[in-house]
This record gives sequence, C-alpha cells and structure tokens, in this order.
Amino acid sequence: MSEAIQEIKTARPAWRPDMRALSPFIALFALIVLGTLLNPDFLSLSNLTNVVTRSAFIAIIAVGATFVIASGGLDLSVGSMAAFVAGSMILVLNGMGAADGGTLAIGMLAALAISAVCGLANGLIVTVGRIEPFIVTLGTMGIFRALIIYLAAGGTLTLSNFQLRELYRPAYFGAVFGIPVPVLAFLAVAAIASVILYKTPFGRHVVAIGSNREVARYSGVPIWRVTALTYVIQGLCVGLAVLVYVPRLGSATPTTGLLWELQAITAVVIGGTPLRGGQGRIWGTIIGAIILEVVGNIMVLSNLVSEYLIGAVQGAIIIIAMLVQRSLQRER
Amino acid sequence: MKLTVMRMAAAAVLMAGLATGVAAQQKNVTIGVSIPAADHGWTAGVIYHAERTKALLEKAYPGLKVLVKTSPSGAAQANALEDLTQQKIDALVVLPFNSDELTGPVGEVKKKGTFVTVVDRGLKDASIQDVYVAGNNPEFGRVSGQYFKDNLKTGDIVVLRGIPTVIDSERVDNFEKAIAGSGIKVLDKQFANWSRDDAFKVMQDFLAKYKKIDAVWAADDDMAIGVLEAIRQAKRDDIKMVIGGAGMKDMVKRVIDGDKMVPVNVLYPPAMIATAIQVTVAHFYGGAPVRGTYLISSPLITQTNAKEYYFPDSPF
Repeated sequence: MSEAIQEIKTARPAWRPDMRALSPFIALFALIVLGTLLNPDFLSLSNLTNVVTRSAFIAIIAVGATFVIASGGLDLSVGSMAAFVAGSMILVLNGMGAADGGTLAIGMLAALAISAVCGLANGLIVTVGRIEPFIVTLGTMGIFRALIIYLAAGGTLTLSNFQLRELYRPAYFGAVFGIPVPVLAFLAVAAIASVILYKTPFGRHVVAIGSNREVARYSGVPIWRVTALTYVIQGLCVGLAVLVYVPRLGSATPTTGLLWELQAITAVVIGGTPLRGGQGRIWGTIIGAIILEVVGNIMVLSNLVSEYLIGAVQGAIIIIAMLVQRSLQRER
Repeated sequence: MKLTVMRMAAAAVLMAGLATGVAAQQKNVTIGVSIPAADHGWTAGVIYHAERTKALLEKAYPGLKVLVKTSPSGAAQANALEDLTQQKIDALVVLPFNSDELTGPVGEVKKKGTFVTVVDRGLKDASIQDVYVAGNNPEFGRVSGQYFKDNLKTGDIVVLRGIPTVIDSERVDNFEKAIAGSGIKVLDKQFANWSRDDAFKVMQDFLAKYKKIDAVWAADDDMAIGVLEAIRQAKRDDIKMVIGGAGMKDMVKRVIDGDKMVPVNVLYPPAMIATAIQVTVAHFYGGAPVRGTYLISSPLITQTNAKEYYFPDSPF
C-alpha cells in the first residue's frame, strides 16, 4: 500500500475529532445561525426543505466530482453533460409517447446509459489520448452544450405527454416519511459512494493515484482503468442528477446546467477535498453543495444588500467559510 | 399612437411590395441575413421566423435569393458578414450580436453600396443603416406595468429580473414608472437570469419570505414557467396572476386557453426579423420609400388577440 493511504489512516485518530472532516459541518451551522438572525423564516421547515432539495443536483454531481478530483483529475463538462442527457431523456420519453411506469423506466435507463457513455468518452480521451483532463473536458463541455442546443433547435425540449409528466413529478416534489425524494437520492448516492471510496480497493487506488501517480504506478495500481472509471462514475452521477432534475420543470433548455461544473467543484473543495487530489471527502462534498445553496437562499431572504451586489456577498461568504475552516484545522 | 401609425405605414409598404411584386418578378436580388446562432429560446425564434420568411418571399418573388447565416459570437458574425459580401448581396439584414463589435464590420458592408437593415440592437453609428427595425424595451416594461395598474390596482407584488443589462434596466425602470402612484407595492426584486431554474429558486425563496403575494411580474416567459412551478409546489393560493413576456408559444397557448393565472402576455417578438426582411424586400420590389426607423411595439396579448401571436411550429 502506498504512503498516501497510511497518511490518511494516521490522520484519523479514533480518540480525537477530525477537524478537517468536521469543519464543513461547522461552517454550515454558522451559516444557519446567520440565516436565522437575518430572517427567522429561514428556519421554517418548508424553506429548509426547499433549499436542501434544490441542492440535490449539485450534490449528486459533486459526489462524482469527488472521485475525479480525488484521483487528481478534473471534469468541466458536467453541466453541459447534464443538459445534453436531460434533453436526450426527454426526447426518448417523447418518442415512446406512452405514459406508464415502463416508459419512465426505459427513459431513466437511457439517461443513465447515455451519461455513462459520455463519462467513458471523457475517461478514454484522458487516459488513452494522454491529454490533460482540463483540456479534454473543456472540449467535451463545448460538444455537449452544442448538442443540446442542436437537439432543442435553440429552444426548449419539454415532456409533451402531460400524464407522463404528472407520473414523473413526484420524483422531485414527492416525499417519503417527510423526506423529499431528491434528498433521499443524494443520501443514497453519497452512502454508496463512500463505501466505494473508503472500503474498496478501487477507492484506495483512486486516492493513491491522486496522491502520487508514479508511486501508484510502481505499486501496481492499474492507472488507466481506475482513472477512466472515475469519469464513468462522474457520468453516472450526472445521469442520476438528471433523473431528479427532469421531473422538476419537465424541460431542458440550452441554459440548463450552466456553470454547474464550477458549483460542483466548489462544493467538493468546500467539503475538504483538496483540488490537487489525494483525498476524497464524500460527506463533506454533500455539505459543500448544501452550503452553496444556503448562501444563495440567505441572500434572497435577507434585505441585506441590493440585488446588484448579491454575487459579491456570495463570493465573500464562500471565502470566509473557507478561511474559518482553515483556522479550525490549524488548531489541531 | 405614433407607434401604431408607424406600424400601419410599414404594413402599407409591405402590401404595396406584394402587389407590385408579381409584375416585377424577373428582377434578381440577393439578400443576406446575419443573425446570432440559437443560444436561447428567443434567438431560436428569430431563426425560425427568418427561415419562414425566406421561404414565403422566395416563393412570391422568383428572382429573390435570401441567404440566412447564423453566428455563435460577435467575432464569428464579423467573419460571416465578409462571407456574405463575397456572395454579392444587394442588401444585408443584420441582428448584431452587440453594438460595439459589429459597428465596424457592418460599416464595411455599407461602403460597398449594400442596402443595410439593422434589427433590434442598434449600431453605434446610426448613419450606417438604411432601415432600423427595433423592439421597444421601455414599452415592454410600461405595458406590463400598465396592466398591473389597471387590473390589480392595489396589492403586493414581486419582480423577477433577467440578466443585468440595459435591456433589463429599461424594462424594469419603465415598469416601476408605470405602476407609480397606484396602490401596487413591489416587495422585492431579484435577478433570475431569464432562466427557468433560477426563477424557480428565487420564487421559492420569495414564497418563504413573504406570507402574502398578490401577483408576480416574471417579465419573461421562461421565468414565468419556473415561477408557476414554485407556486404550485408551495400550494399557495394568494397569488392571483403571473405575468411573463416575449410571446413564447406555451405561454400564449395558456392565454388562449383562458388560464386564470396567466391572463395575458406582453409581446417582444422574435418575428421582428420577418418585418425587417419584408421591408428590405419591399425596397427592391415595392417602388415605395422604406428608409427609416420601425419600432415594433409590445402589445398586450389577451385571449381575444392571442391567436395572432401563436406559432405552434416555432421552437419558441
């Protein structure tokens, strides 16, 4: 086993709270206090449910991004891919025309298959083509975005069958025991992802490659296969996100998923995964995605600043949250 | 009133053009049309109407050739203009990506003696254009505000803004001017970038923040769709209406169907490209003066006149 893995293990003594892992949670708690002080309605159940549900797309995509980034890669294409997969799924559903569970299941499978293929394409170009992932995914970002614009002829792709739309709607708006379906979805994705990342040889290989590629290579880690697989996982996560995105508005447009890649990467980094790789923190990523959504929500709920300055305050809050995290980590 | 007169004048020119067209059909004319590529619904509508008008006019005038070219950026559009010039166009109809970048390139086309029609976004140098066909953003805001003033009379509303641009400011400023002095109070306004997803989020937050909202000015049909979905999810019945704008087919359909939540729409027609092409063609076949500025007004689309603005085949 490589040094990196030992390092992670020694960094987690059982008898002491790991501030690095806890700091995103503390930052989120601080934001919740801030939000409540600015507007008591922030703490209302319906508002909190809305915000956490809304963060589902970015959270699920960012779980995939955690794998890619932990292995030292980067995927800029996820936003465009989400739009392309959503558009393709709608076309498949419209093409079949029926409004039953079977149709829906085929549409969902199609979405997952397309997204896995998109991810595989990214992974193969990065590994076989030996090109920097930044450039590869910048290229596919443009390709996927153009494809959705082409499919929609620049306009909007909408689920044309009203009954199918109503049948599918609960996948975003429904709840099981009071917990919204998208929240259950990202909890499940995160749970499975943490098992894969922390408990399987594959997960250890991902971290090893991100930590030191050459050492991993000499240790017999199948670099190409593992790297390509991280992009497939990323693709599948995009597909899963699309499954809860499409029922919300029942449509995909050329602006769907715009800048989601940056939000996903931000969520991963806020969650404590270093951008250079070598570590992955799945639950931190989930909290990071929720933090991003909470910041936006607080801005609209408060009357703090004019609508022109919201972006500046959002940026400042994210930087301050990161600074707070860093200072917590130094105290160890 | 002035606007109506102008529109009638434009219509008269077109009629004259179509009437005399039959007699002058042997004349060969090539018209280049340069428009932005479809990056959102409205520009997709522009392309649809350009193609539709091309087909209609080429059938009416056998000697006429209309070349439609789309470009994904300002720089690409400048290149496209050079390509069009190479094809010996007699007239250019251009919807510039932006005023700053395209003023020079369009000026170059003009120097070759080409008849130039500019659409929607004006150039920095107005002397370049022979014809200017423009939408009316202040009017768009004013008509929307007037509708709130006349029909809501008093109440609390929220406003969704688009992308921070001059277009958005002109609309919102004139909306606020139009409702000034009435009992309508704007509780809040936020940018939602003319996007369904962002509008859905912002509306969810508005609903959490305000216990009673009487109406929403979504200012755009994409945003209106996001807003309606957020209201439906919250099961709130205090909101009486949501007014969008631009004339997207799904929303115009709701007006036709008499949807209580969507009683009207305000037009900002991508079909203005069709007006521009037709006026340009009239210059060659009509024998009547066409040079000047045509302001396409932003009329209120109501259940009575909605059919006139409904294009089920358009992507927008």
